[in-house]
Amino acid sequence: MNAILLIDFGSTYTKVTAVDTESEEILGTASSYTTIETDINDGLNNALKLLFEKTGSIEFAERYACSSAAGGLRMVTSGFVKNLTAEASRLASLGAGAKVVGVYSYELTEDDIVEIDASRPDIILLTGGTDGGNTECILKNAKMISTLKTDCPVVVAGNRAAAKECASILSQNGREVHVEKNVMPRFSELCIEPAQNAIREIFLKRIVKAKGLSEASELISGIIMPTPSAVQQAMVLLADGTENEQGIGELVAVDLGGATTDVYSVAEGFPQNSSTVLKGLPEPRVKRTVEGDIGMRYSIHGIADAATIKAVSQLAQCSEERCIEMIDYLSEHTDEVPTTEEFKNLDRALASLAIEMAVKRHAGTVEQVYTPMGLAFAQEGKDLSAVHNLVATGGALIHSDCAKEIAAFAQAKANDPASLRPKEAKVLVDEKYILAAMGLLSEHYPEVALRIMKKELV
Amino acid sequence: MEKKKLVIGVIGADVHAVGIKILYHAFTDAGFDVTNLGVMVSQEEYIEAALETNADAIIVSSLYGHGELDCRGLRDKCEEAGLKGILLYVGGNIVVGKQPFEEVKKRFEAMGFDRVFGPGTPPEETIAALKEDLKVD
Repeated sequence: MNAILLIDFGSTYTKVTAVDTESEEILGTASSYTTIETDINDGLNNALKLLFEKTGSIEFAERYACSSAAGGLRMVTSGFVKNLTAEASRLASLGAGAKVVGVYSYELTEDDIVEIDASRPDIILLTGGTDGGNTECILKNAKMISTLKTDCPVVVAGNRAAAKECASILSQNGREVHVEKNVMPRFSELCIEPAQNAIREIFLKRIVKAKGLSEASELISGIIMPTPSAVQQAMVLLADGTENEQGIGELVAVDLGGATTDVYSVAEGFPQNSSTVLKGLPEPRVKRTVEGDIGMRYSIHGIADAATIKAVSQLAQCSEERCIEMIDYLSEHTDEVPTTEEFKNLDRALASLAIEMAVKRHAGTVEQVYTPMGLAFAQEGKDLSAVHNLVATGGALIHSDCAKEIAAFAQAKANDPASLRPKEAKVLVDEKYILAAMGLLSEHYPEVALRIMKKELV
Repeated sequence: MEKKKLVIGVIGADVHAVGIKILYHAFTDAGFDVTNLGVMVSQEEYIEAALETNADAIIVSSLYGHGELDCRGLRDKCEEAGLKGILLYVGGNIVVGKQPFEEVKKRFEAMGFDRVFGPGTPPEETIAALKEDLKVD
């Protein structure tokens, strides 16, 4: 036996997963409620106690952890044109597992600087201009950022012609600065990985320590990534496989949480036919979006706002007034697990609509354009209609007895042909809630992690 | 010397995809740094691309006769977006039907285009004009 412990320090739960890499089995999972005030080790020890009650004592050979505790990795991004470098930097930060607390385009103003200070970022990503393109904006923004009160590090990933000057402006007051390759070296060409690697490096070196997570480090071999990165890594592995073990192919994954809903896609998303023209910024093959207004408890009102209370009431088969009452109740009682039929129906309706909204925002759209030469199609974002796998995870979903039916709401609808969501996808439910753990495991045992996922996602 | 930067594309709901590729290669071979936006390009897309790449000129193609509608206001929007005095060219079958080119040229110049090229203009002519206007050797 070669037992490995995988830990996910969340903001409300510490989750542990024990895996034996020799038999390629999950030995057990457990989670313990934690708060911001609790010592991080208490949460971990409690979770371990619960785990050992199920499995008996285990000697772990290795321990790895990911974390979204203490607000996760908070990032502010700044770019030049809103639809171009500002969007590229937002995509880069989300893909690095960050919680993006501010996206700024064009020149930063003094008010913006006050706002950024108030949003307490852990890292700022500064971009702007293609290589050889505009330099004025990024230089001005570097000067503005250097006036921030917060001493957070800055990753500069903009026009290379201005990178060095930006770095010297920013480092004047001793601020940590990392210069990386431009997120958009040429027009509409994304290059986000170097910036993402820098973000991850800073996360490991600085953020983990600053958030008191290193106190747990005696116990573990290291907190190696933010939780969303771990989930994303697991999804890439599941889709693409390894040299010796095939993946399941392109996929979309939804993580329905209490406060936010994350959607991942590992797919090219190119137009499906030759009469379609791709408009706007090309999106990365591995794309993550976060819907901050869609979640099953803290953001429960956002679901009703986005989907309309009428849709909720129809799906829950319950009057609008009663739905509003119950939604208000659940938003106050965020740890409530529904027991009555009425609440269960409501939760099911909300979860279905949340998934529909979140995947709709993630997927691209296609528009019919009538031209003098006939009908043409313009696509924006990714075409996911041919993706055949849909992975569903998140507490609100996996504890439901009809997770597959709920997750199926992510699929394309006949009355909404403009949305390029998967047409016919097989739903795979992460019943044991192991995706983040498998992402961690994949750092050193990718094939074991892949085989366990293929077995456990049903 | 640093290459002069051009943004090119076919404006409006026009899907003529071949000519713009030929222009891309011709301009690139002539020593320009070219950003090709392809077909069905909106005014905003030209402007955003020109801003981000710090372009020296925007070259608008139109083949389907509706160029006059599509091009209106482009100069004003450029000014508004901070692209003060950027070089603007337009060319192709830019108006409906057969009209005397001198009149067409005047109308597009009044819209703020620096140069207007009629149907069948060889790329060499545009390249020569660009080199003159952008003061390339």
